[in-house]
Amino acid sequence: MSGFGGFVLRRAVGTVVTLLAISVIVYVVFYATPGNVAQITCGPRCSPEQVQQVAQQLRLDDPLYVRYGHFLQGLVAGQDYSTGTSVEHCPAPCLGLSYQTGQQVLDIILAKLPVSLSLVLGAMVMWLVLGVGTGVLSVWRRGRISERLLTAVTLAGTATPVFVIGLVLMIVVCGELQLLPFPQYVALTDDPEQWAWNLLLPWLSLALIEAAAFARLTRAAMLETLAEDHIRTFRAYGVGERSVVGRHALRGALAPVIALNANNVGSAVGGAVLTETLFGLPGIGEELVHAVNVVDLPVVVGMVLVIGFFVVIANAVADVLYAVADRRVVLA
Amino acid sequence: MSLVDVTDLTVEFGPLRAVAGLSFRLERGAALALVGESGSGKSTVANALLGLHRDTGARVGGSVQAAGTDVQRASDAELRRLRGGKAAMVFQDPLSSLDPYYAIGDQIAEVYRVHARVSRRAARARAVEVLDRVGIPDARRRARSRPHEFSGGMRQRALIAMALACAPDLLIADEPTTALDVTVQAQILDLLHTLRAETGMGLLLVTHDVGVAAESVDEVLVMRHGEAVEHGPVGTVLGTPAQEYTRELLAAVPRVDEERGDPARPDAALADVDVARVDVARAGAVRGEAADAEAPDGAAPGAVGSGAGVPGAVVPGGVSGPGTPGVGSSGLGPSGGGSGVAAEVVLEAAGLSRVFGRGKRALLAVDDVSLTVRRGETLGVVGESGSGKTTLGRMLVGLLPPTAGEIRYAGRPHTGVDPAVQMVFQDPVASLNPRRSVGESIADPLRARGRDEEHIRGRVRDLLERVGLEGAHYDRYPHEFSGGQRQRVGIARALAAEPRVIVCDEPVSALDVTTQAQVVALLGELQRELGLALVFVAHDLAVVRRVSDRVAVMRQGRVVESGPADEVYDSPQDPYTKQLLAAVPALDPETAARRRAARREPATA
Repeated sequence: MSGFGGFVLRRAVGTVVTLLAISVIVYVVFYATPGNVAQITCGPRCSPEQVQQVAQQLRLDDPLYVRYGHFLQGLVAGQDYSTGTSVEHCPAPCLGLSYQTGQQVLDIILAKLPVSLSLVLGAMVMWLVLGVGTGVLSVWRRGRISERLLTAVTLAGTATPVFVIGLVLMIVVCGELQLLPFPQYVALTDDPEQWAWNLLLPWLSLALIEAAAFARLTRAAMLETLAEDHIRTFRAYGVGERSVVGRHALRGALAPVIALNANNVGSAVGGAVLTETLFGLPGIGEELVHAVNVVDLPVVVGMVLVIGFFVVIANAVADVLYAVADRRVVLA
Repeated sequence: MSLVDVTDLTVEFGPLRAVAGLSFRLERGAALALVGESGSGKSTVANALLGLHRDTGARVGGSVQAAGTDVQRASDAELRRLRGGKAAMVFQDPLSSLDPYYAIGDQIAEVYRVHARVSRRAARARAVEVLDRVGIPDARRRARSRPHEFSGGMRQRALIAMALACAPDLLIADEPTTALDVTVQAQILDLLHTLRAETGMGLLLVTHDVGVAAESVDEVLVMRHGEAVEHGPVGTVLGTPAQEYTRELLAAVPRVDEERGDPARPDAALADVDVARVDVARAGAVRGEAADAEAPDGAAPGAVGSGAGVPGAVVPGGVSGPGTPGVGSSGLGPSGGGSGVAAEVVLEAAGLSRVFGRGKRALLAVDDVSLTVRRGETLGVVGESGSGKTTLGRMLVGLLPPTAGEIRYAGRPHTGVDPAVQMVFQDPVASLNPRRSVGESIADPLRARGRDEEHIRGRVRDLLERVGLEGAHYDRYPHEFSGGQRQRVGIARALAAEPRVIVCDEPVSALDVTTQAQVVALLGELQRELGLALVFVAHDLAVVRRVSDRVAVMRQGRVVESGPADEVYDSPQDPYTKQLLAAVPALDPETAARRRAARREPATA
């Protein structure tokens, strides 16, 4: 693949620039947010002196650009933080310390990330299988009752909020039928089998919502391909309908599916808040909502950067897959 | 039993009767052409032979026997065995007729495996074999290419290879060369001819091009409105047609060996003056920098006459030196082409070049082209696809800035678009906004000049009538018009700005021959009455000859030959021009056979 090195380099530079831009925006937005950060951090019972002290410790009095400068410095060279009595060192890609807990932001993220990735990647496999499968089936059975039924089901899937689907699943599967225990996150490294069983329902509820979109997209793209001239060629050469639909029409739907998938994976890493909250999964989305509520700026910035990173990476991967799927595409 | 036996075939799409009671036979190894204009039902017949109308909602009546299969009664499985196995179809547009995602060899192998119980490996080998057979060089390697990596001619060869894969008894070719350049068309027709001689396949050729039919078949069936007009041996039907419609059709076909007809223009006096000058000049030894250096000052009157900025009068065979009176530079001259004096120059280009892309990918689309167009004359620009003729046309209109060189309107250097130079586009469907009425489209140039609404409506009505439509068509939408009418709308839109020059980019290539003839006649009439200068860009050598006073032949961005149309066509000097002219299908089957033999000689030598 010629020019692949150049593609990776351009994308890497683009990623860095994008992430920097995101961080600036988040800083500015939070600077403009009303509310006394020091008061919130310190807690309601702090005296004005204590609040003042916290503000000083958190460098809240410095102008915005100075704080942003510190942030960049920490990112590149690491940073030392004095917590009054001791000095804590935060090594090179330092995203700062949480205002609330004083923990290193990177550690918080690294603790939450496996949960979110487990949820999203597993759900991705499910929504691709369910979505594309349903799409192909509805094209295969087009014009018949079964197709209308499928269309209705996928439409219902899109229209139902995740907390309804998830709640119903949980009540039926775990409560009534007692087929599964109520989900509780188990790390993949601890027990792969328990990891999968516990994530089954979260995967399913997230996948059901997304699958509907994939089913509709696959169906539309395949029908469009079926109307093209080259399909007529294969029909005129006696190629059976199964091969025409399963091989030629499906191939035409691949590119749009890849593009949509990249978007969904990227945004679900930080955006599957509802699913995480519902099933009590300690993921990125849940943590982010909490951090926003308590105006924990370093955590919010770190989280947003990580989410941005995944969106950019997911799209870069999609571009590569795109070029593999359709050789006419030139990576640039 | 005949290879094909069609009896009283009717095909109806809803209320539309596309084929009405057609009967014909094709014996084994014979070749028949279905010839007709668009909408004559010829492709519908071809599709009916393979039962392609089944399950599409079309009603098919009568009986169709193809290669021993009763298409009407056959089961789906029998039909699949017929398709590709016993009768194979070669489609028109070779790019869209192949799956863009799979390697060409794999597509052929897939089709082969439908009909032959062989391993994947053997099917691939068969694909390479047939690709080699149709003349794809290095077939083993190219079988792994995808369609977009093939040229148009190679794609058409690949489609023919697919048809050959199962060694069918009948080959149905639906406009197999319509999307191709003449030289490539000749190669494909020769290939079909050779394959037929070697394999004994029967051929059913569907074409709108009488010349293509004359080249390729023994019998011709002329169709119109779904019915047979005339059917007989190719020599008889094309040589001494019995039916009025066949005669009309043949008369409308432009020919390369026919001098510019006068329907387009009776005032030959003006033409004669123009024909004497050969201003289309390649700057030759003097390259771009010199032209650039000279250009700014060269605008002085007197030097402008013909291709100033191209110093040293490197005009090949050019009559006009620097001494030619610079009629155009003063920009007046209402008298037009006064007696003895050349008509004023309305459009000039000197050393025009255009590069697309940068660095290693840079493509020199137009390479140092100079030309002059005078009031009331037509300059034909002819070339194959990729020759840069459209790019040149766009630069002349100002839609595309040249990389180097200069354009002058009426003697004044000019950049950007100008009401004085308008364009008529190739595809009348794509170049009209489907969501606006044609009147609105035509009114655009007038609105741009800020005329009041009443004036505009009146003027648009005039223009519509001027191009042979009705003023009441103002509120109609493009889809309500036929192809020829849409092109008339395109011409009316170009006229709205009261131009002095119209650049026509393939204005008739999407039209049937009879419609073509009408549009060409309209352009000639407008030119005569309004004193318009026309630049007629086209790939069709015969059409260009029919309309042009002077002709420039382009290849790879350069003008390889230029001069008065008759001179270029009757005694071409450049080998490329000769090659182009030799590739044009002849209407007379005997001439066609002779030419084919001549084409084969250099190949075997």
